[in-house]
This record gives sequence, structure tokens and C-alpha cells, in this order.
Amino acid sequence: MNENRTLALIAPAFLVIGVFMVLPLCIAVVYSFMTANPYGGVSMPLTFDAYVQFLFRRDFDDSLMFSWSYVIIIIRSIYLAAATTIFCLMLGLPVAWYIVCQSLQRRRILLFFVTLPFWINTLIRTYCWVLILRDEGLANNFLKSLGIITDPLPLLYNDGSILLGLVYTFLPFMILPVYSTLERIDPRLIEVAYDLYANRYAVFRRVIWPLAKPGALVGASIVFAPALGSFLAPDLLGGGKRLLIGSLVQMQFTTSRNWPFGAALSIVVTIGVLLIFLARSRKVKEEGRP
Amino acid sequence: MRTVRPFDWRQTPGLSAFTAIIMLFFYAPLLILVIYSFNANQLVTVWSGFSVHWFVDVAANADIRRAAINSVVIAIAATIASMLIATAGALALERGNLRRGRATVTAMIALPLIVPEIIVAIMTLIFFSMIGMHNGLVNLIIAHTVFCIPFALLPVQARLRDMGGTLDEAARDLYANEWQLFRRVTLPLLMPAISAGALMAFVVSLDDFLISLMVSGAGSTTLPVYVYGMMRLGVTPEVNAISTILLVVSLIFVTASLLLGRRSQMAEQ
Repeated sequence: MNENRTLALIAPAFLVIGVFMVLPLCIAVVYSFMTANPYGGVSMPLTFDAYVQFLFRRDFDDSLMFSWSYVIIIIRSIYLAAATTIFCLMLGLPVAWYIVCQSLQRRRILLFFVTLPFWINTLIRTYCWVLILRDEGLANNFLKSLGIITDPLPLLYNDGSILLGLVYTFLPFMILPVYSTLERIDPRLIEVAYDLYANRYAVFRRVIWPLAKPGALVGASIVFAPALGSFLAPDLLGGGKRLLIGSLVQMQFTTSRNWPFGAALSIVVTIGVLLIFLARSRKVKEEGRP
Repeated sequence: MRTVRPFDWRQTPGLSAFTAIIMLFFYAPLLILVIYSFNANQLVTVWSGFSVHWFVDVAANADIRRAAINSVVIAIAATIASMLIATAGALALERGNLRRGRATVTAMIALPLIVPEIIVAIMTLIFFSMIGMHNGLVNLIIAHTVFCIPFALLPVQARLRDMGGTLDEAARDLYANEWQLFRRVTLPLLMPAISAGALMAFVVSLDDFLISLMVSGAGSTTLPVYVYGMMRLGVTPEVNAISTILLVVSLIFVTASLLLGRRSQMAEQ
């Protein structure tokens, strides 16, 4: 294929993603340095206000007061995304190992059932947990019918329910990359470990885990990044009261009408996520070296 | 003498039970939703007999019908657009000579998958409002096409890589020109991958919620956005019924896509 034809074929993809994805990113950078209009939108002059707003609140006399409110939201988002990643790894690693140990036929079936949730609407997957966890939900009704409780437990609208929703949403994202690295482990390595008197724990600690690490890293990054910006789990399972970055961003463009701050938040999160992916691909490359 | 192994590494005790629990964790909530959607009782979690009443209600709701039509129109348009763009792109990436540009384009195409969805949604919203495009339906089709491209592209790219260049060389040796090569050799072999990618794109577009929520205007509401509005008002039997319908539609398309994908893999072997 000659060069002109190659360029003609790649041009549509390049233009569509360039214009509707990369250009909006650049525009958001510009917006984050502009002044907010009271009814949405932006105007001149250019300022750093949106970024200052992360840490400071402007008082009536125009002096800056340090404010924890946004810092706390950001810290809580990072903490929940990190907890999601750790839970997914703890639950996903054993499942991935189990699948690797099965026959080819069973592996296919199991992988199908791990992949399927990927393609089911997250809105509906999250909503299922509302049905189960709410005050008149399945879990509370069940406990009541057993006579364990008389008043419903507040299972919904807390960090725990958000975390549950996030783990439920992102667990398949962890199992698949971990599986694909575990699958490539040479069984002879494990046999050798045996012959050298390693017990189960030692085999896991010294052979399987070091080899599984690149997959776990890939999994961790594709769980952490979307969990950080997640909107549905905090909104439906957190009741929209316990704000995370995702809902905070969305609010700036709906109820709060502070576009520059929303844009600034988006930029900071995007840069954070891109850095994670960059760090990961470098790390995986290093570990992949013989 | 046969030594007795201390343990078989392929069998870790308790692991099959653990996996079963995880599978239950994945699918039990969905099953509960489906069961409740057939519950005759107005009170969602009190069972009082089987009924398709709520499905009839949903079908009779004109707003839901309008939203469903929007969703399907957008999904079809975005699927066709992304399929054409992605197939051309995959051919260029695998068969063309892009040299240094290859890494850049690959990174760009992955961008909609990496950047958190809420941020893609916001930036698209800002962009459309800045250039003054206010046609909700057109904006949604464009936004959906962008994030469908990676889903449509990956299977085609993988297939091209698996096929290798030998068939192309054989066809060229037999004096096929570039168009004949594409029409008679590459395209027929790519068809299963293209269809699998298109089905994935269709499901992803149909299921998209966040981007649609931010980009859609009045009159261009999609079904998931409408359902979200219903959910915010509270748990009702209608929400369960419409959610079950969405669930079943995704399951049908995804299963078809995965089967197609497998067939193209089998054909390879």
C-alpha cells in the first residue's frame, strides 16, 4: 500500500477523533483559564481562579481562605478508586487463576461469563444494587423475615455501597488482563518449584505473583482510572450526596454553572489518568525485559 | 518408585467455590431484577404473582417509545459511521506504511477508552456549545461515533494481524490490483471481524448513558437517559421492566458478536 492511500484510509479516523476528542480537550484547557458566567458559559478575562478554587474559597472581602471542601472530595475519590482496585485484585486474581487451571472448553465458557458484564449497561447493573440494598429492598426484607432486624439497616447511600457498586462494575476489567498473563506462565516453572519443595504459598509468592504482576498492573490502571471518574455508582448508590470527582464535574455544568472550574477539574483528572497509563506502559516495558 | 506429590497445583482447595461465588455476585443481581420485573405487585419487593403488566405499560408509554427510537437511530448511524472509519483505519494501521505516525494514531484512537467518560461527555458538550451546534440528534451521533471507533477497530485490526501478508502476496502474484485484492481477498476474510466489531459498537452506543446524558438536548433523549430520569424518581415496576428489556437486548447482541468473533477465530485455525 502506498503512502497516499494509507493516509487517505487513516484520515477519517484521525479527523473525527482529532476534531471531536482532542480539540475539545484543548478547548477545555482554554476554558479552565476563563471567567465563569453566572448562567453558564465563559467570558474574558483570563484568570487562574478555577485552579485557585481547588484550595481556596473567596471570602466577602475578596481575601482567600483555605478551604478543605474540594480537597476532601478529591481525596475521597482517590481513596475509593484505590480501594476498588485492591478489592478487584483480591477477588479477581483467584478467579483468573482458577480459570487458567481449567480445560480449554471450560476456560472458554468461564471467560464468556466474565466478559459478558462488560457489555451490559452499567446503569442497569448499578440499579440492580439499589433494588437489593434500599430500605424496602431484598436484603433488608430478608433480614426482617428472619427476625434479625426490625428496622431496616441503612445499606444504601454510604461509601460502602459506592465501593460495592464500583467493584461490581469493574471486576471483569481486572480478571481479564490478569488471566491473559497467568495463561502464559510455563507450567514447568511451577513443577520445578514443587520439586524444590515449595508449598502452595511459596509457589504463589515466588512464581505466580511475580509473573502475574504485569497483568495486575494493566488491570489496576484500567480499574483505577474509570473508578476515579465514575459517576453512576456514587450517584445511584451514594445518593448524590457523597460527592466524588465525577459528580462534582457534572455539577459544574448543570446546577452550579461554573464551567471554568468544571473544565479545570476535568483537565486535572485527565492529566492524572494519562500519567497513570504512561507510568504503567513504562513499568510493563521494564518488567517485560528479560 | 512413584513419588507422591504433596499437592496438585492445578487444584487449589476452595477455589472453585470462590469462583462460583464471584459468578453469583455477577449474575444474581441481574436475575433479581428480571424476576422483579415480572412481579404483579406495585410494591416492587413484595412478590404477589407473575405478570407482564409492567411490560405492557412500558410499551404503551409514548415517551419511552420516542426515546427508544432515538436510541436505535443513533446506534445505527454511529455503528455504520464508526464501522467504515474503523475498517479503513485498521487497514492503514496494519497494511499501510505510517512509520512514526502509527504510535500517535493508535494512542488517539485509544483516547476515548482511557479518558473517564464523564470528562469526555463534558468536553464534547463544551465543544458543541462553543461551535454553536445545537442539533441534539446529530451531536449524539457524532459523539457516539467517536467512542464506537475503538470498539469497531480492535477486532478488525486483530484479524488483519492474524491473517498476515501471505494471502495479499499470493493475490498480487496472480495480478490482482489493489481494489481486486481488497474486494476479493481482504474484505471477505475480514467480514466476520467487521460484523463482530459493528455489533459491539451497536451495543456500546445503545447502552451509553453518561455521554448521552450531557450531550442530548430536549427531544433527543435516548432510552438510558430516560430510564435514568425514571430511576431518580424512585424504584417502580416500570423501571424494572424497561431495565429488563435493555438487559435482554444487550445480551442478544453481545452473544451474537462473541459467537461471530469466535467463528472468525475458528476459521483461522
